[in-house]
Amino acid sequence: MKELGKKVLAGDIRAASRLIRNLEDQIPNTHIAMQEIFNNTGNAHVIGITGAPGAGKSTLTDEFIYAFRQKDKSVGVLAVDPTSPFTGGALLGDRIRMLRHAEDKKVFVRSLATRCSMGGLSKAVGEGIHVMDALGKEKIIVETCGVGQQEVEIINHAHTVIVVLVPGMGDEIQALKAGLMEVADIFVINKADRDGAGKLYKETLNMVHMSKGAAADNSWNIPVLLVESVLEPHKFAESVDAIREKVEEHYQYLVDNNLLVERMRRKTAAEINEALWGAILQPVLNNLEKDGEIEKMVEQVLKKEIDPYTLADQIASKYVK
Amino acid sequence: MEKKTIKVLLAKVGLDHQNKEIRLLARGLRDQGGMEVIYTGLYGTLEEIVQTAVQDKVHFVGLSVHNGSHRELFPRLKELLAAQKASHILVFGGGMIPEQHRQELKASGAVDEIFEPGTPVSKIIAWLNNNNLNL
Repeated sequence: MKELGKKVLAGDIRAASRLIRNLEDQIPNTHIAMQEIFNNTGNAHVIGITGAPGAGKSTLTDEFIYAFRQKDKSVGVLAVDPTSPFTGGALLGDRIRMLRHAEDKKVFVRSLATRCSMGGLSKAVGEGIHVMDALGKEKIIVETCGVGQQEVEIINHAHTVIVVLVPGMGDEIQALKAGLMEVADIFVINKADRDGAGKLYKETLNMVHMSKGAAADNSWNIPVLLVESVLEPHKFAESVDAIREKVEEHYQYLVDNNLLVERMRRKTAAEINEALWGAILQPVLNNLEKDGEIEKMVEQVLKKEIDPYTLADQIASKYVK
Repeated sequence: MEKKTIKVLLAKVGLDHQNKEIRLLARGLRDQGGMEVIYTGLYGTLEEIVQTAVQDKVHFVGLSVHNGSHRELFPRLKELLAAQKASHILVFGGGMIPEQHRQELKASGAVDEIFEPGTPVSKIIAWLNNNNLNL
């Protein structure tokens, strides 16, 4: 267990996959390995791919892997799928689209279930990115599970966010709404051979121009790119390679304008938050869960013997000075 | 608090596209078993399956075979897992496999368990729960 971090730094795939599982399972003392690798992270370019369920994120991710491999970049992928809130089970199907890269030593694909965390990602994503980074992956693609309007957790982790849209999801008012539509560094309109793609393209362009009007002159020009004809592999590969170029361009823009560190700042703040949570709140919860206290509390509150706020105050006064 | 979840990779390989059963099982393991199921779809190779199992750090690989190549596939799967130092991953099978071959495969250690057609999902879930060493 102690050497896990060092093995990851040496490029050991099995150590990396074990570490990610320990993170997912929240095994105690996993942070020791994270301490070992932390100083070797922050080198990779993290690309987020997000969009509605069925928008084509996995298929695009698969083609991205290919595009980056053509440029001889090593690639890590974290593909997130939803956990059932009722049974805790999950069906991780993103892999189906990416199986052709399984034997490529420079590609590491990992499926993660959300395990009921909010925001369209798994709690292990942030640390999973560090693991892939420490493993030496140059490009790390994070594919969120299918998201709605508000699941934008990805901006805390990715340097470049690609929002995948498909025709037929609503009128132009949707494009004006806050949330998902605001976080894109690149828009991709997938399945552009379908009805309504032209309209969606125009509306998205309009929205991009409006926000550009309100921004500084040297701000990033958010491109809107069309992808069609998955059934014609060469054409599909070409359009995805065009996106890859934009992704590289965006990264260069972040570096040139000193913005990369701003993006990292968001993540770091979130990370400290998480680490504090793990170091302070988690042990308290563990204690309460071990003694079956939690269930007793639930009963008490249900019977209105006590309210949750007084309860929390009581526990806090016991642990926090 | 530790939240250990059993991860199972379900696979079909080669020219064998009878996948209704394995999809049913995937659904059953998810809903009745509360497990995380990775289904790799059709026409994969054993090598791809093994790499996926290693990278996704699964506890079990379930292989469904309906095309008669079970006596080649199961031993080879075990070999490939061993070559990746992943022998701790248990292998279970299903599909159209004659009783005699089931016995032979199990006896030779090429597979840890084989379920016959019509096995209730609950029985498979029980086997997975009982045999999970969590390595």
